[in-house]
Amino acid sequence: MAAVRKPKIAVWKFASCDGCQLSLLDCEDELLSIVGAVEIANFPEASRAVVKGPYDISLVEGSITTPHDEERLHTIRRSSKLLITIGACATAGGIQALRNFKNIADFIPMVYAKPEYIQTLSKSTPINDHVFVDFQLRGCPINKLQLVEVLNAFLNRRKPVTPAHGVCMECKRRGTVCVMVANGTPCLGPVTLAGCGALCPAYDRGCYGCFGPKETPNTTSMSAGWTALGVTEPELVRAFRSFNAYAEAFRKESEAHER
Amino acid sequence: MNAKTIKVDVLARVEGEGGLFVRVRDQRVTEVKLNIFEPPRFFEAFLRGRKFSEAPDITARICGICPVAYQMSACHAAEDAFGVHIEGSIRELRRLLYCGEWIESHALHIYMLHAPDFLGYEDVIQMAKDHPEAVQRGLRLKKIGNQIMTLVGGREIHPINVRVGGFYKAPSKQQLKGLTEDLKWARDAAVETCRWVSTFTFPEFQRDYEFVALRHPDEYPLNEGRLVSSKGLDIPIQEYEQHFAEEHHKHSNALHSALLERGSYFVGPLARYNLNYEKLTPLAQKAARTAGLTATCRNPFQGILVRAVETVYACEEALRVIAHYEEPDKPYVEVTPRVSIGHGCTEAPRGILYHRYRYDDRGLISNAKIVPPTSQNLKTMEEDLSEFVSARLHLPNDRLQWQCEQAIRNYDPCISCATHFLKLRVERE
Repeated sequence: MAAVRKPKIAVWKFASCDGCQLSLLDCEDELLSIVGAVEIANFPEASRAVVKGPYDISLVEGSITTPHDEERLHTIRRSSKLLITIGACATAGGIQALRNFKNIADFIPMVYAKPEYIQTLSKSTPINDHVFVDFQLRGCPINKLQLVEVLNAFLNRRKPVTPAHGVCMECKRRGTVCVMVANGTPCLGPVTLAGCGALCPAYDRGCYGCFGPKETPNTTSMSAGWTALGVTEPELVRAFRSFNAYAEAFRKESEAHER
Repeated sequence: MNAKTIKVDVLARVEGEGGLFVRVRDQRVTEVKLNIFEPPRFFEAFLRGRKFSEAPDITARICGICPVAYQMSACHAAEDAFGVHIEGSIRELRRLLYCGEWIESHALHIYMLHAPDFLGYEDVIQMAKDHPEAVQRGLRLKKIGNQIMTLVGGREIHPINVRVGGFYKAPSKQQLKGLTEDLKWARDAAVETCRWVSTFTFPEFQRDYEFVALRHPDEYPLNEGRLVSSKGLDIPIQEYEQHFAEEHHKHSNALHSALLERGSYFVGPLARYNLNYEKLTPLAQKAARTAGLTATCRNPFQGILVRAVETVYACEEALRVIAHYEEPDKPYVEVTPRVSIGHGCTEAPRGILYHRYRYDDRGLISNAKIVPPTSQNLKTMEEDLSEFVSARLHLPNDRLQWQCEQAIRNYDPCISCATHFLKLRVERE
């Protein structure tokens, strides 16, 4: 009888900060168990060993910002049974998608002395703008416990348990008093996807939306609530334009306040 | 024909994407390039028009490995501009948070990224089969660094509790005390790490580097100090741009920094150690001496040893802060924006991280400049490779390639940072 083959997992990086794949190495308690259950076939941040595809699971971090990366992504999709995107860059374009609201030609000379050396696309786009994605794990950064859950679920052929509700629910569960109601602190919690554990309100600050929009977010109503607290239009634009600026609900709401 | 190329398309065990290219002709190295193909992300451009208070969270996203460094340099720049100086418990909490990042980042690099080179493994997972105790120790050490980040910062990657002027919420004395026992274990584990790493074989290699680091009269540098070098530089951080410049090369999406007067320089643990040895705690100095180091170390391959010494220091410093901590009355100091320019320079795990912002009267950023440590080491890394390969041309290509990779990993390069950067190709013709 043939030995059971361990599933092959590959980790790929596009434009990003490395933080989401670091989450895997940050699973100090679970790391050795995880690598015991799978074969790490490509993970340049951790290993110089490279095993050829096809891969059972590809974890993709980062957004597409160069013509070369766009081609590379298609090759990765073709060699992957399941493709899972991790983090705000891969699922919404990331903070670098702020370029999508400007003319990139104006950006390059601000950073680089010789713009002719720089090859870049005019927009930073999420992975599912280019290829089919089997599952998206959100957050800037992702929650490492959710990552373990997602890997566990796919390895055991079940659906991952990740919430679709907002941060407000997590505050209630945690017993955090609402910072917006009690302190008048503007908070994106009502429209932001849960997953972080409602960290910011627990530290006396408003949620800044690093997990992106929840399902059916009422951004218009939330903006009205912020306006009542004295938040100006340019401030609203900036609030929606951070790490998930190009996620549809946040993009539309920011554009509504930009006149 | 007596020629060859050494080429590493994707350099592994570094943070971010890059490669390495060395061309050898007639037993001479004719070209060395660190290719940085990590795509450019244009942070300086989209910081324009953002408020001073947003810079710590936005710039943290340059690097998931050292977000605290970005947050600290951004905060100090705004405080410099608006005339606020942070003292007392808030300053101490910042040191504690930074110690957490040093412990986490150093443990990651020592155990997971660099030690496998010295012991001949492709990665930490293979190393764990033969050295389970060491790997378990490294993982727990790293975890304790992350515990500090999580308690003080809210989470280990991109902490949410840092703001200009201090913190959103200060931890209680009791919460910090809870870290004490783990940190005592971490301090002992760091001492053991020094001993373990000292048993590695270090290639004989050193050059006449110019080390650059912060220096502070009372402490091993983290957040504050003058910028000094081993060749006589001694300036306030506000004068950084009068002495350093960035160059843009075709093979790299990262800018290369140089000292205007003397060219390449070296930042990071080795630079800090050589310029601040006397500020280390007696235990850290003892661990260094026991491991065979003196107050001067010019071999970049021993950087792993110096990282271990700094980890001892960071654990002790964290214990000191916790033992003396008193909760501040208010977790932050209010700042009032004004038309101004602010400079921030702090010691990221990989070396000095410089930020400079110009603000308008509403505190909106009109211009930003960020120089991460890896950009500052790029020139030195290329020069190291050139000299290193020249002396080792007799080696077979696969061994030479691995040693070249190791020489680059000496710097713990963070490519994500440098492009806000690596791929090895050695071409023998």
